Amino acid sequence: MPPKIQIISILICIFLVAYVFELVRRKHLSEEYSMGWLVTGTSMLALSVSEGLLKWVSELVGATLFTSTLFFFGLLFLMVICLHFSIRISALTNQVRKLTQSIGILDLEKKTLERQIKHPSWQSGSSNLEQL
Amino acid sequence: MKTLSYQATQSSLQQAVILENDELETTFVKGPLKGHPKTLIIIPAYNEENNIGAVLEAIQQKAPGIPILVINDGSADNTESVARSHGANVISLPYNSGYGVALQTGFIFASRKNFSIVIQMDSDGQHDPKNVLELIKEVQKDNVDVVIGSRYLNSNSYKTSFARYAGIYIFGKIASLFCGQKVTDPTSGFQALKGKAIHFAASDHYPPDYPDADFIILMHRYGLKVKEIPVTMHASPDKVSMHHGHKTIYYIFKMFLSIFVTVLRNVSKR
Repeated sequence: MPPKIQIISILICIFLVAYVFELVRRKHLSEEYSMGWLVTGTSMLALSVSEGLLKWVSELVGATLFTSTLFFFGLLFLMVICLHFSIRISALTNQVRKLTQSIGILDLEKKTLERQIKHPSWQSGSSNLEQL
Repeated sequence: MKTLSYQATQSSLQQAVILENDELETTFVKGPLKGHPKTLIIIPAYNEENNIGAVLEAIQQKAPGIPILVINDGSADNTESVARSHGANVISLPYNSGYGVALQTGFIFASRKNFSIVIQMDSDGQHDPKNVLELIKEVQKDNVDVVIGSRYLNSNSYKTSFARYAGIYIFGKIASLFCGQKVTDPTSGFQALKGKAIHFAASDHYPPDYPDADFIILMHRYGLKVKEIPVTMHASPDKVSMHHGHKTIYYIFKMFLSIFVTVLRNVSKR
C-alpha cells in the first residue's frame, strides 16, 4: 500500500476513535451507538497499520489492490451501521406511535373526568357525549 | 349493560391492551343502547372541518344513540371543535400520525373500555350511515368477527379511477386467495368489528400506516371470521385519495411486502 494513503487512513481512524470516545465522554453519543463506530474505527485502524493483516484479508476476499480492501470493509461497516440505525428508527417510531396514542386517549379521559368533577350531575346525564 | 353472549377469552393479546381493573369504567362508560351490546363508532379525521359536521349529523340520524368517537389526527383546522359541537367525543392526537395510527387509537380506546362492537367509518362522507345498523346486525351473528362494507358487492355504482380500481381488484384477488373466500373490497374503511377482533386491531399486529388486504389476511390467519356485505359509498371528488402520487408506488410496494411477510409470519390461531 502506498505510504501516503496508509498515513491518511491511520490518521482518519485515530481521529474517528478519539472523537467517538470524546462524544461518549461528553454524553453526546450513547454507549449503544458508539459501539458500531468504535468497532469500525479500530478494525480499519488495524487494517491500515498492519500490512501483513491487510495482505491476508485481501487474499481472503480476493482483492487485487490493498486500498480496495480498505474501501470494501469501510463500506461494509457503514452498511451495518446504517442497518442498525434503520432498526432503531423503526423501534423508535413504534414507541412514539404508542406514546401518541396513549396521550390522545389519556387526554380524552382527563377532560371527561374534569367535566364530571365540575358537573357531578353528568353521571346521570343522557346525552351522547356523557356516555363515553 | 348487557354483554354479548360470546365472551372474549383472556389471552396474552388482550392483557396487553386492556387496563387492569379499569376504575374509570363505571363512570366513564354507560351502555348507550339498553339491552344492546356496547357499540362505538370510530372516525379518524384529518382536516375535515367541512365534512365532519354533516357526517356526524347523518350518523346520529340514521343510527341514533350510538356514541361516536372522532380521532382528530393532528388537524390544522377546526375539526376538533366542529366534531365536539356535534356531540362526538374527540381524541386529539398531538400531531398528524396517519390514518392507521388514528384508527388504531380508536380500537385501543374501545378495547380498554370493553366495547363489544366497533364500527369504523371515514370522515369525508364517503360512507353512508344508513349501512351502520346493517353492519351491526351482521357482525352480531355467530361465526362472524369482522364485517367489511364492500362497495363492489352490489351493483357497482361507485366510480373511481382505473388505477385505483385495478389496485383494489388485484389486492382483493390476493386476499381472496389467501383467505379462501371472496374479498371484493380490501381497502374499505367501513367495517364492523366485534370482541376479539377489536382486541386484535388494538394489538401490535395492526399495520400502523394503513390497514388493507394485509390485515384481512392476518385476521384470517389469526382465526377471525371475516364477512363482506354490500354498502353504499359516495365518491368524494373534492378530496385526493390517501394513496396518490409517489405514495401509490409506496402503497403497492408496501402491500406486496406486507402480504408476503404476513403469510410468512407465525400467527397463532385463537
